[in-house]
Parts: sequence; structure tokens; C-alpha cells
Amino acid sequence: MVSTKKVVLHFPREAVERPVVCDLALRFGLTFNILRASISPHHEGLMVLEIIGENTKNEEGLKYLQEKGVEIQPLSQDIKKDDQRCIDCGSCLGVCPTSALYMDKKSYQVIFEESKCIACELCVLACPTRAMEALF
Amino acid sequence: MGVALRSYQEINEKIKKGKVVVVTAEEVIELVDKKGIEKTAREVDVVTTGTFGAMCSSGAMINTGHTKPRMKISEAYLNGVMAYGGLAAVDLYIGATQVAKDDPLNKIYPGEFKYGGGHVIQDLVAGKDILLEAYGYGTDEYPRKKLITWINIKDLNQAYLFNPRNAYQNYNVAVNCSDKIIYTYLGVLLPHLGNAGFSSAGQLSPLLNDPHYRTIGVGTKIFLGGGVGYVAWQGTQHDPGVERNDKGIPKGGAGTLAVIGDMKGMDPNWLWGLSVRGYGCSLAVGLGVPIPVLDEETLQYCAVRDQDIEAPIIDYSNAYPNGTGEVLGYVNYAELRSGKIHHSGKEIPTSPISSYSRAREICSILKKWIQDGDFILTQPTLALPNTESDVHFRNLAERPITNNANGIRR
Repeated sequence: MVSTKKVVLHFPREAVERPVVCDLALRFGLTFNILRASISPHHEGLMVLEIIGENTKNEEGLKYLQEKGVEIQPLSQDIKKDDQRCIDCGSCLGVCPTSALYMDKKSYQVIFEESKCIACELCVLACPTRAMEALF
Repeated sequence: MGVALRSYQEINEKIKKGKVVVVTAEEVIELVDKKGIEKTAREVDVVTTGTFGAMCSSGAMINTGHTKPRMKISEAYLNGVMAYGGLAAVDLYIGATQVAKDDPLNKIYPGEFKYGGGHVIQDLVAGKDILLEAYGYGTDEYPRKKLITWINIKDLNQAYLFNPRNAYQNYNVAVNCSDKIIYTYLGVLLPHLGNAGFSSAGQLSPLLNDPHYRTIGVGTKIFLGGGVGYVAWQGTQHDPGVERNDKGIPKGGAGTLAVIGDMKGMDPNWLWGLSVRGYGCSLAVGLGVPIPVLDEETLQYCAVRDQDIEAPIIDYSNAYPNGTGEVLGYVNYAELRSGKIHHSGKEIPTSPISSYSRAREICSILKKWIQDGDFILTQPTLALPNTESDVHFRNLAERPITNNANGIRR
């Protein structure tokens, strides 16, 4: 079965200079979409990837990355909405490119659908109460 | 004014007897749909309105009590945020947008503005201890020059909110026509009309339910920051003469309220310190106003709907900062609240900035206070300037400074 997985890859300094992500396509036949990347030579790097492919290949690919020293986190753990701090103003809505943040049409409360989030962090910039937090 | 249905006194008698009929600005729309204006006006005594959003022209007046020896404070900081001390000895005013003295501001653009006056006000109301650091120059009767101490709202002689401009009657819809992201008080605006920020509770908003200020005036008792306050004066930039649509609703920012209220009875849930990226600090204020249904006309105005209220779309990358006055077009609040508007063939997602759910909650709380007999209505002692007044908004006419022959500036 084909599945789509969004993951955050943390590259330690040693792994930054080896081309590993392209191996996902070359060795495992996976398709990927880079949602976000900040990787520079001699520094720790970070990449948000959407990986599309057969379930088993997906797992093998991720295991391969881990063996190469890349740390892997599911994306949903990285952007958090603190409901105690959210005042439902909606400042985050218009900037959210995937409508992961939307307003419930009845309660007019802001809902965060984590599975749609691509961690662009625009909501973190837009939130005036600092209810949206990036935990990269 | 139409045929009088009831007076303030009659409404207050009903409140005391627990017989008053109160509905919110949202509920009244449904009632009018079902029963019509005439019947609803006869049945309903009071309509409650509310709004909760960033209101930068807000601040708190506090009196700390005197020290021994006495001190005339001329420079003061509350949790590192400057408070104005150019008043009597230990009176201080802290404004919502004042930023902490060590804040990097926009030097690292866009600035985060983590803590400012709005946050101090929220922390004070929450009952947290606040660090007061103060300096004076020393006088014969006020010899002390330095003070550093914790203060707490419960020990202050007075702590009252005094907001020079709140509850704007309608407001701009901000967009960005440039090709780079901009950071404004109406939110983060993406390039090429990428999104639109707006800020009004629309059909729930106090002054949009009383567009000609027939009931809201100086002395009107209100819900303020979770406690009780009063309308103190017309707000700064009060501008009743703005163009209106056929329902009498201004087509842009018009009337404003200056309000006052005891912070000791307020709740930090309704006064929220804000950090607006690239812009600065502010305070989200919860404000609600009861409107007495004095006649049919009052109720007609209270039945206003989002689709009846239009707001101007303004380019905050050029027209607003340069004050060109250019309006790209108008949209109504039903469109704005749907999540997207259409302009120049583009679908533009919207961000409300002002919380509709919380405005709604304020309407309900105020309704309950009145029903429970805890909140009596007051008749204004002075009307706000209306469309017939000569009050109107002016820009500053700058006058060049020239040196005369003696080198004296005039």
C-alpha cells in the first residue's frame, strides 16, 4: 500500500555532508517533497520531508537514514498549539498555506489539524499570544 | 426618534425584579427574522454587544502609595517596561504598546516584542507581583531618589484601566500588494494579496449596533476586561462623519470610545498582552455594551448583520503607510468571516485578528449579569458627537520650522 509520511530529519554535523536523502529515490524508489530545509556545511541541519511510496519501502528508507546518523521525528510533534494561550483571534488563519489551522464555523474557535501541517512556521510568526510554537 | 417603548428607569425596574428580557446581538438577528422588528422591539428590553481584540490605545493608571521617605517618581519601570511618571508623586500610567526597555525592537527584523505594557497589565490583573524600579531627582519634600520593590494590585491605592481609544466602529481590511512579506498590526501579510487581515466583531460590535450613538454615550456602563467600566469620553480619532451605507453603517473606521474601569475587578482572561510580530506590543481588550431597546429604531440598528457592514480593503504596503487614502474596494463581514474574499480575480484567505468567539462570550456574560440583576443600565450624561457634529478626523498639517534673521526658530 502506498502511503504518505511527513517527517522531520535532524542531520548531525557528520551527516550533513553526505548525500543521503537522494538515496531514498535511488535505492528505495521513494518520491519525496522537501517542505523545508536548512542544511549548511559543518552545521547541524534540519529538513522537513513528505515521503511517498510503498509502506515497506517507506520504512526501509527511514531505517536507512537512521543508520546514516539522521534523527527522525514525525512532523506532528514539531508544531504545537497551546490551547491555554490561544484566544481564538484567528491571526494565524490567512497565512496557513494548507488550512491546517481553520476556524470552526459554529464555535468560531481556531482548530489545528496537525496532519495537514507542513511546518512552515508562518503561524508562529502570526500568533500574537505565542500560542503556536515550533519545537525543532 | 420613533415611538418610545420603554425608558432606562423602566428597564432597570425590570432588572431589579428579575423580569428583564435580554438577548445578545446575535440572538436578536434570529428573533427579528422570526418575529419582525415591531414584535421583537416590544418583547426585548436589552441587547448585549461585545468585542475582543487588539486595542493599542489602552493603558493603566496606578497609584503605588507613598514610600518613607517620600519620593516624586519621575522615571519608572514595571517589570522593565517604562511607565509614565510625569504626574503627581506616585501616580503612574503604563501604556499597552510600551515595549520593555531592553527589547531589541525591529533591529532583528521582524521584532518579537516579547513583553510590554499589555503584558504588564495582564500580569497585574492576574494578581502577579510586579517589579517596580523608580527614580526621582529629589526635592525638599520628596527627598528619595531610588526605589526598587515588588508591588501587587491588591496593595495599590488605585489601579484603573483608562483606554483613550477602544471599540472602533468598523475598521480597515489590510492586504499587501507588494512582492515581499510585511508585518503589521493587522497581522502578517503575504505578498501579492496573499491574505487579508481584518479586525472587528462585525454584527456583535458595540458601535455597529448603535451606529448613530443614540444610546451609547459618556457615562454608559459597560463590560470591560471582565469587570465593570464606563464610557468616559469620545475616543481619540472619533470620526462620525465617515461615509455611511444606506443602513447608516459607516464604511470604515468611524466612532471610538474612551473607557475607564477598576482593574481590581477585572480578569486576565479578558485583558491579554499581545506580541505583534514586527509591530510591537499591544493589549487585547474585552469590551461589551448593553443597548437598551428604547424604541423600534434602536432595535432595527441592533439587528444589523455581517452582510450589511462593509469595510475598505487597503494596501498596507503602500496606501496605508503613505496615507494616500486609496481604497482598493469594499467587502462585507459575512464574506470576511467566511474565510476568503475575492478581489482582482483572486481568492484571498482572511485572518480575523479580533476574536468572534470571545466577543460572543462577552455578549453572553453581560446578558447573564443583567438577567441576574447584577448589572444596572446607566443613561448617558452626554451624547457622543454624531454625524451632525463638527467633529471629524484630521491628519497633521505639518508646518516647516524656519530660522528668522536672529536665528530664532519660529
